[in-house]
Amino acid sequence: MISEYFPVLLFLAVAAVIGIALLVLGNVLGPKKAVAEKLAPYECGFEAFEDARMRFDVRYYLVAILFILFDLEVAFLIPWAVVFEDVGLPALVAMGIFLLILTVGFIYEWKKGALEWE
Amino acid sequence: MTEFNTRDLVTILPELVFLGSIGAILIVDLFIKPSQRIVTHVLSILALAVTAGFVWSAAPAERVTAFGGMFVVDMIATTLKLAVLLTTALALVYGRHYMQERKLLVGEFYLLILFATLGMLLLVSAGNLVTAYLGLELLALSSYALVALNRDSAIAAEAAIKYFVLGALASGMLLYGMSMVYGATGTLDLARIVAATPDVQHPNLLAVGVVFIVVGVAFKLGAVPFHMWLPDVYHGAPTAVTTFIGSAPKLAAFGLAYRLLEDGLGGMSPHWSQMLAILAVLSLAVGNLFAIAQTNLKRMLAYSTISHVGFLLLGFVGATPAGYAAAMFYAVAYALTAVVAFGMIALLARAGFEADEIDDFKGLNQRSPWYAAVMATIMFSLAGVPPLFGFFAKLLVLKSAVDAGYLWLAIVAIVFAIVGLFYYLRVVKVMYFDDAIEGGTLVLPADRPLRWVLSVNGIALLGLGFASGPLFAWCNRAFGL
Amino acid sequence: MITLAHVLTLGAVLFCIAVAGIFINRKNVIVLLMCIELMLLAVNTNFVAFSRFLGDPAGQVFVFFILTVAAAEAAIGLAILVVLFRNRATIDVTDIDRLKG
Repeated sequence: MISEYFPVLLFLAVAAVIGIALLVLGNVLGPKKAVAEKLAPYECGFEAFEDARMRFDVRYYLVAILFILFDLEVAFLIPWAVVFEDVGLPALVAMGIFLLILTVGFIYEWKKGALEWE
Repeated sequence: MTEFNTRDLVTILPELVFLGSIGAILIVDLFIKPSQRIVTHVLSILALAVTAGFVWSAAPAERVTAFGGMFVVDMIATTLKLAVLLTTALALVYGRHYMQERKLLVGEFYLLILFATLGMLLLVSAGNLVTAYLGLELLALSSYALVALNRDSAIAAEAAIKYFVLGALASGMLLYGMSMVYGATGTLDLARIVAATPDVQHPNLLAVGVVFIVVGVAFKLGAVPFHMWLPDVYHGAPTAVTTFIGSAPKLAAFGLAYRLLEDGLGGMSPHWSQMLAILAVLSLAVGNLFAIAQTNLKRMLAYSTISHVGFLLLGFVGATPAGYAAAMFYAVAYALTAVVAFGMIALLARAGFEADEIDDFKGLNQRSPWYAAVMATIMFSLAGVPPLFGFFAKLLVLKSAVDAGYLWLAIVAIVFAIVGLFYYLRVVKVMYFDDAIEGGTLVLPADRPLRWVLSVNGIALLGLGFASGPLFAWCNRAFGL
Repeated sequence: MITLAHVLTLGAVLFCIAVAGIFINRKNVIVLLMCIELMLLAVNTNFVAFSRFLGDPAGQVFVFFILTVAAAEAAIGLAILVVLFRNRATIDVTDIDRLKG
């Protein structure tokens, strides 16, 4: 029975080797010729307007978070729509319930003021 | 494809009712003033009670499945659901005063706990890897957010990010194992996985899957060496949140382990039972030894949780129904004791005073003999002193381990239980033999339900100890014994 | 010809990179979030490969659920990160060391 677990051991070894190897390779093989042009942030041919590592407004994250949630939940609609003819009324009701739950979430974020930028 | 069937809706009715109530509470909470938060509180407890009523009255005598095997209701699921709902309601009662004092009594406190509870209900009824995963994630995601509820606390944020990263890692491990099991058996249905186990074409694939699933489950249970998150989360989270996270999810973790390892991978039990035996020994050792060194009570209870997980795993090593019954009894006993243990800390806490250091309990007997007695009962029950609830729970898992031929494991467990006695008794010692840091009688919160329910819960540990015969018979019946 | 073994190896390599990333990374919590996402995508690769190989669509349905849960997970992770940054003004992994013992 122990021999069956050899693959697991192998897996862990491979995990460690790959993780370390990639870091080492990047450090060893990567050329490190720093010139001013190379270190400068690329901004479509313009001179950089400001530091590229500027901080984003925290409200941007809020919008991003809300977007990613609703964006992906709505992805369930596509496969449902594709097979709608075959799955019929129960699936319509089920999707209605799903959208109702999403709407409850939407009311919540609206009322909490998460959609106000100012 | 399985056709839609209205009977399926009846099977899942308690969860549907609960989901509907949560949606309603969410909307209601949006439109009330913060000073009327008691409405949310009462509605939440009402929702838990009504759901428990539905779970109880709709409990089928036999195992029933719905939605093509996705959702399973049997006596195990019913028992765990009732225990989860009860423990959650207790956690809500104990947490209200603490959160109110810190201006943290927001609607999200209730909603996240209710969503986590919904996840637990789904998890213990999982009949398919998909439902198990969804239930688990609903519980986990709500818990991460709960830990970070106090947005001005740096240690809470740190605890939350640690919990999140390690919890997500555990989910990833679990999923990777699930994908291997799916590849080996060709199905996501737990009942079909167990049927397909004897004649899989690639046993290696299945073996790899088992290892990853055991690691994932061990992470979620908090078994050593996958326990790193547990002390930090218990310590960093607001006490009211710890009261919840430290109790009911342990029942769900038992449900997860049972559904995946027995319902799904029962055919691989010779493989995983040995891994669980090692995890059990490590958890017993690390949990009990590290707990001795703690000065913070929440952290001490976290390490004590780890040692209790070790005991819980003793019920699994034999992979017998008798063992699972003992483990389920243990999980229920632990959840009911842990909730009141953290509840005691929440009771003594005031605005600006956490009461989570062991020294804060010094001389409690002079200040409030009644609550010192309650706390002593809790500590004795956790330590497993007869005739308290915790004692019978320990006795039953030890017996099941011996019956399964793991005598050495039982002896190790007893040795570490005696080590564990030391740090539980230290709390009792400081309460009765040390002088209080601040004098006078204890200022108790005005929250009457908190004081009464907590007292009843504490003393019930004694009563349940005497009633453990029928309770264990019930657990046995759930596993067809 | 791409066989199941090739895709599984890809999944395993991606998973290894993600796990190694979580343990080796000492710089930035955002990188941890990216590693977690990579881990879930590695699992998805596995599920899709098995699903195709077995001719069973259930695996792909599971992938759908994993994707949506991963989005929710990323959202919560980012939210916790914002809270951490507000309190500490840093997201350096080595600075997250206040809870010990």
